[in-house]
Amino acid sequence: MSEITYKSGYEPHAREHRVIFRNVDRVGWDTSIDTALADGAYEQLRKALTMEPAAVTDEVKKAGLRGRGGAGFPAGVKWGFIPKGNTKPVYLICNADESEPGTFKDRYILHQDPHQLLEGMIISCFATGVHLAYIYIREEFPMAAKIVEKAIAEAHEKGFLGKNILDSGFDLEIYVHRGAGAYICGEETGLIESLEGKRAYPRIKPPYFPAAMGLYLCPTIVNNVETLCHVKHILEIGGEEWAKTGTKNNTGTRILCVSGDVQKPGYFEIEVGKLTLGEVINDMCGGMKPGRTLKAVIPGGSSSKVLRADETFTIGRGDDAKQISIWDIPMDFDSLAACGSMAGSGGVIVIDDSRSISWILNNINNFYAHESCGQCTPCREGSLWMKKITDRLVTGQASPSDIPRLDKVARSIEGRTICAFGEACSWPTEAFIEKFRDELVGDTRPELEGAVVNPETRIANAGLK
Amino acid sequence: MSLEIPPDLEALIDESITHYPVSKRSAVLPVLHHLQTHFRYLSSEIIEWAAAKLELEPIHILEVVTFYPGFRQEAPGKFHIRVCRTLSCAMAGSHELLASLCEKTGIDRKNVSHHHPIAVSPDGKFSIEFVECLASCGSAPVCMVEDDLYERVKDADEVLKSYF
Ligand SMILES: Cc1cc2nc3c(=O)[nH]c(=O)nc-3n(C[C@H](O)[C@H](O)[C@H](O)COP(=O)(O)O)c2cc1C
Ligand code: SF4
Ligand code: FES
Repeated sequence: MSEITYKSGYEPHAREHRVIFRNVDRVGWDTSIDTALADGAYEQLRKALTMEPAAVTDEVKKAGLRGRGGAGFPAGVKWGFIPKGNTKPVYLICNADESEPGTFKDRYILHQDPHQLLEGMIISCFATGVHLAYIYIREEFPMAAKIVEKAIAEAHEKGFLGKNILDSGFDLEIYVHRGAGAYICGEETGLIESLEGKRAYPRIKPPYFPAAMGLYLCPTIVNNVETLCHVKHILEIGGEEWAKTGTKNNTGTRILCVSGDVQKPGYFEIEVGKLTLGEVINDMCGGMKPGRTLKAVIPGGSSSKVLRADETFTIGRGDDAKQISIWDIPMDFDSLAACGSMAGSGGVIVIDDSRSISWILNNINNFYAHESCGQCTPCREGSLWMKKITDRLVTGQASPSDIPRLDKVARSIEGRTICAFGEACSWPTEAFIEKFRDELVGDTRPELEGAVVNPETRIANAGLK
Repeated sequence: MSLEIPPDLEALIDESITHYPVSKRSAVLPVLHHLQTHFRYLSSEIIEWAAAKLELEPIHILEVVTFYPGFRQEAPGKFHIRVCRTLSCAMAGSHELLASLCEKTGIDRKNVSHHHPIAVSPDGKFSIEFVECLASCGSAPVCMVEDDLYERVKDADEVLKSYF
């Protein structure tokens, strides 16, 4: 294959391993199908169509590909959840909602390499017996929607979509469905409701696991953009070979999105687990800003639990267990889980010592209060309470007892809701309180204790009780 | 005012409905997008028209319009500006950017909040909305004017200069 060069100023870091982002910022690259075809696009589709669908799924299973959208669930296993003997139509939806704060990777795939996604999707649809698929693109990506729609039309023209694809007898239509600015549409069952033309109210699991009962109550596979792109590359070299990149149980590459207080924020495709958080911050992102030190890192999108710079973490089990600092955390699913957080969506938000934790937490809580769909009382009310308490914290109106109150509200949400937004909104608060309690308490005013914020005292003071 | 749907708009709408062979109701969002792109906001007449088009009750449309922040029931300015308020952008100064954009367009900053998302400048030329993460956090702070994304915005003039 010809040498790839990248646009000046956008060259990948030497330690990147570009697979999915191979064509992002590439010189001479555009989104047309001719450019893609000259680069070998749709060859893996040709190959897949000569295989048994189950054999394609087997390769994905062998690869150990874990979902890149948030939960890290193995894609091949998910595909296997389509009920045996199913007679209903099966649908596939590509989740291009990219709404988790801190995450900005699918954006570049959609804008710069739509045919990679389409090829991955068509192969995935073939493997799962899907004849109708949708790409759910967030409304704030209007250009991406146009680009992907054009790519779909081109793929049609060349016979990669539509009836009897490449004379294989396999039929497939893919359409773009645009969201309308609600974070909860990223949650797969909310997304499905939205695609049915309704409010994006998530459905309860069980029974509504999409693979069994999804779109129009039929089996539905929902996968992230990046996950579906990987399928093409798995077919190219085979699942076992593909699994040699990355680390055990954390195979392949993934795109990290780094934002916040580093010299050079951006996207970096790495072999999963082959780099540490310290290497990502110091080598890839040019380190902290001049004169600043690391205070905290939110490692996997705003919903993931914050890591404090001076914590000690234990990773590995049994004889392999070791104690490490934040700088030495390998960037993979299992290590971040062992550190009490998660790899999530790959959105790494770096926070330096110039930042107020109360302010950060308040910003996050504002987000969740705005984005709760409102179906479950603990989430709807709790997210608003967490916002209000932290509003007080940043305006000097909070009393020390507000901190345990905030903690209690967060803990009253987790586990008591229809969807994982409940965890997503309570984890940041729980973790920030656990790790930065002193700083948060320091932003409260003891003299306000019982004065304005405690309704019971207020009632008592007013002589109502 | 009686609502007139131009034939080319209706053709776009009809085409988008064909993307949902299983359920016409699935076309609610695309139909509303086409209507909002054309009319700039969704009036009650438009909502009723969409309902009739999709053989639904108007409430089925209204509940969608009121749920999604991307749909508006009030007219925006000629150029609608969306500024990201979420963490990475806030850390990079998006709240200051919002304030400065408001000042330069003559919009009262106090009128832009989550509860009252859109504020329009007195001359009707600009409107501003404070939105959540636009998935471009690595090039924070970011904002959108209509469909165009502005990244690493240092000051409001950078964004506004091509619209004044
Ligand atoms: C509140 C919430 C928001 C989510 N947002 C997204 C999103 O924007 N994009 C995404 O791919 N997955 C998102 N997810 C995860 C999806 O529900 C789903 O697990 C994922 O799309 C599955 O794809 P994967 O297995 O390929 O990761 C979100 C989940 C929750 C609970
Ligand atoms: S947890 Fe929150 S976002 Fe999820 S369904 Fe309940 S109210 Fe909606
Ligand atoms: S925080 Fe502004 S784009 Fe993500």
